Amino acid sequence: MGRYILRRLLQLVPVFFGTTFLIYLFVWALPGDPFAGKCGERSCPPAYIAKMREEYHLDENVVVQYLRYLGNLLQGDFGETFSGIPVAELIANAYPVTIRLALVALVIEAVIGLAAGVLTGLRSGGYLDNLVLVSTLFVIAIPVFVIGYVVQTVLGLRLGIIDPTVSSEARLSELLVPGFVLGSLSMAYVTRLTRTSISENRRSDYVRTAVAKGLTPRRVVGVHLLRNSAIPVITFLGVDLGSLMGGAIVTEGIFNIRGVGGLVFRSILTKEGATVTGVVVLLVIVYLLMNLLVDVLYAVLDPRIRYV
Amino acid sequence: MLEKATGASPLLEVDGLHVEFRTRDGVAHVLNGVDYHVEAGETLAVLGESGSGKSVTANTVMGILQSPPGHVTGGAVRYRGEELLTATPERRRELRGEHIAMIFQDALSALNPVFTVGFQIGEQLRTRRGMSRRDAERRAVELLDLVGIPGARQRVRNHPHQFSGGMRQRVMIAMSLALDPDVLIADEPTTALDVTVQAQIMDLLAEIQAERHMALILITHDLGVVAEVADRIAVMYAGRIVENADVHSLYANPCHPYTRSLLESIPRVDTKGSALRAIRGLPPSLTRIPPGCPFHPRCPMAADVCSDVVPPLETLPGGRSSACLFAEELVGR
Amino acid sequence: MSDPSSLGTAGPAAEARRDPAAPAGGGAERPRSLASDAWHDLRRRPLFLVSVTLIAFLLVLAAFPQLFTSADPNAGDLSRSRQPPSAEAWFGYDLLGRDVYARTIYGTRVSIVVGVLATSFTVLLGGSLGILAGFYGGWVDGLLSRIADVFFGLPFVLGAIVVLATFREEVGASAVGITTLVVLTMSMLSWPVSMRIMRSAAIAARDQDYVRAARALGASPMRVIRQHMLPNCLAPVLVYATIALGAFIGVEATLSFLSVGLRDPVVSWGVMISEARDYLRVAPFLLLFPAAFLAVTVLAFVMLGDAVREAFDPKGR
Repeated sequence: MGRYILRRLLQLVPVFFGTTFLIYLFVWALPGDPFAGKCGERSCPPAYIAKMREEYHLDENVVVQYLRYLGNLLQGDFGETFSGIPVAELIANAYPVTIRLALVALVIEAVIGLAAGVLTGLRSGGYLDNLVLVSTLFVIAIPVFVIGYVVQTVLGLRLGIIDPTVSSEARLSELLVPGFVLGSLSMAYVTRLTRTSISENRRSDYVRTAVAKGLTPRRVVGVHLLRNSAIPVITFLGVDLGSLMGGAIVTEGIFNIRGVGGLVFRSILTKEGATVTGVVVLLVIVYLLMNLLVDVLYAVLDPRIRYV
Repeated sequence: MLEKATGASPLLEVDGLHVEFRTRDGVAHVLNGVDYHVEAGETLAVLGESGSGKSVTANTVMGILQSPPGHVTGGAVRYRGEELLTATPERRRELRGEHIAMIFQDALSALNPVFTVGFQIGEQLRTRRGMSRRDAERRAVELLDLVGIPGARQRVRNHPHQFSGGMRQRVMIAMSLALDPDVLIADEPTTALDVTVQAQIMDLLAEIQAERHMALILITHDLGVVAEVADRIAVMYAGRIVENADVHSLYANPCHPYTRSLLESIPRVDTKGSALRAIRGLPPSLTRIPPGCPFHPRCPMAADVCSDVVPPLETLPGGRSSACLFAEELVGR
Repeated sequence: MSDPSSLGTAGPAAEARRDPAAPAGGGAERPRSLASDAWHDLRRRPLFLVSVTLIAFLLVLAAFPQLFTSADPNAGDLSRSRQPPSAEAWFGYDLLGRDVYARTIYGTRVSIVVGVLATSFTVLLGGSLGILAGFYGGWVDGLLSRIADVFFGLPFVLGAIVVLATFREEVGASAVGITTLVVLTMSMLSWPVSMRIMRSAAIAARDQDYVRAARALGASPMRVIRQHMLPNCLAPVLVYATIALGAFIGVEATLSFLSVGLRDPVVSWGVMISEARDYLRVAPFLLLFPAAFLAVTVLAFVMLGDAVREAFDPKGR
């Protein structure tokens, strides 16, 4: 088991370097003027540009720039925005909000998705089954921002049940509806995945054996069936948490949540290179770590993987 | 050879069982009147090709027939005289494992991959006998020992995929014995195993059966396996029993053309150089069983009457039976 | 064994001499290949029929918008700005006085073209890399998989926004340029998924006995891949492609909504939704109609993908 984890960790390292280098390349080395719009309407004076270029080492080879950036990262220095604010501070303010939102979305999608999936998986073809299939299909088909807008308009503006936008404190209660919207697509996937997993495993030989042993139906389903069927679903949830933590740009935009998604979006548009790189690198690390965690979790859940 | 004593009901009895499978392509008549019985301490082999209905019968006895698409349309199954098909689902569940147990062909898929074998053997003891976890594990180790698994105390914590094929089958046997059932149904237990391992497993089953005075129903298509272990053999074809005899009589003097053809088709060392004798034709599609005797299209002895009348399973002298109109002639040969 | 589908097949004792004159009792059905079996199954599913009809209609819409409207989608008359739906303009007029109905119809073509192109590139690129990785294994597989992981690690939306925002000025106002940029960006960030699907299908196929037999007989890699592996890897990729088509149409809309995807002079549903964003309260119809068309289109493709997947699944019988 330990060897398995080590191997996965080692595979992670080149991917980390590759992805972060790619991001660095995209942000800093693609054609396009990094200083567009920094000095108001006019283009910046040459002296300013020269100074900035020196300060940000933009004249050096991009690989060297990247390595220097990494070095700083490891010391906790995410750099500064062009106006001198430490990027680390911006992130520290915004990330907790995103994490809360991601957790809310995850819990909602897991609970509802698993319940709906188990119920319909055990009893295919019924009224509930068709209802669930159709509604998940709709959720998958309609883009998140449409759902978000509709929910915001109906629940927030028309019916007034919730606040249309989230305050800067972003309390958990305020995040319930945005979390639901954010998790809606994944919830549909979780439901379908659970349903498929359960209905496939329902006919497997070990379930037949469990019945032949005279175990109660509750035990056959609750212990044998569930445990095996849950494996792909739990791994999906784990990976999903990684992408949820990656910032929900659309949802945060609609509900005005001051999380990392909004931060990076604004920074991209205003070409705050340091913020963009810093945030995206952090998100990549989180995503890769979550993937690793999920792989480990998978090995814990399915003993057959441990000895591969 | 055991006979039914004083007319008391047999330990397990299948009586005129009819089962249909309703599929997209029509209704398949999978079982068309299956009769057999088994007594304590007796080994009954149910012999037949794929599609003859032997597993379906066993599944119906256990109450694990997939329904849909399977439906019982007639007949009875009795355990110690108690009607099973009309019993409540709860009662049938009680009987499973405790009185009638079953082992399957592919132990790898029949065992749950995510739980240890100790867990799977012990769970019946914990949930149905109220044993503590530690006691259940201890008993599981004893059972693994009994079936000949070396190092049982360590292996009880292993998962199914960590065992070889033969060992896994032993695990499954151990699991089936946990609640000391009276009847064990073994559905092709050795088909997926090597020949040498097959012999070991068959010996193990014979040993256990003798020790516990258990009834064993052995379902197989392998004539070789059956010869060593069985007391009686019931031959199935197209969903019905066509011959039922004790093992010696059957091999020495089969009285149904199908059985006869089967025995003749076994390749033997002393027939080297001559053509193999196969039964011509194919088993019938169960959605379109020919009228009369189901075997008549392929039977070397078929006469016109064979396509009109369905031969009943007639008892013959010597405690055997056959479903052929010409059975008596065959006995004489 | 007790599986009725094995009925009508020869048992182990009745091999060799099959009498050609004696019909197998009851006329055995001709065995069907997986593809024709799937087709037979598909034809009867309502999900499939509904989605195919919808898609056919949308394709007509995309190919011949002139049949459905005579108005010019780009012609704006400010005096008609934000007029609600009426008899002359079924969907009303947008902010710049352009006919919303016409824009929605013309938007069909762009949205579908973008979806089709993005899917094609993704499947072609990812598929070829995946099958190579699956077939060759070893270091080729390792290298390609690591590269795929690198692109996989990039959060899609973020990566897309970065690339699109950077190249925004380069493509200027050229409709072709804008569309190409969006298509390429989406493909570049999505190919790892199709690569992985193709790769696992290829690995499964490679281990099949018939592939091993072909290689043992000396077939060249190209031939083995094309003739033996590809047909079996197509099913999961096909399912993915149909669903991905729908997803890409939705993604394009999302990117346009974030103002980094398509924009003027290109007309797509995403562009229309993005423009309608700020007027949701006063003129909801501006968002409603393109959003409805978008939802229905994506729904049609996802339904199609669903139906195809169920039809190809041999276990679901």
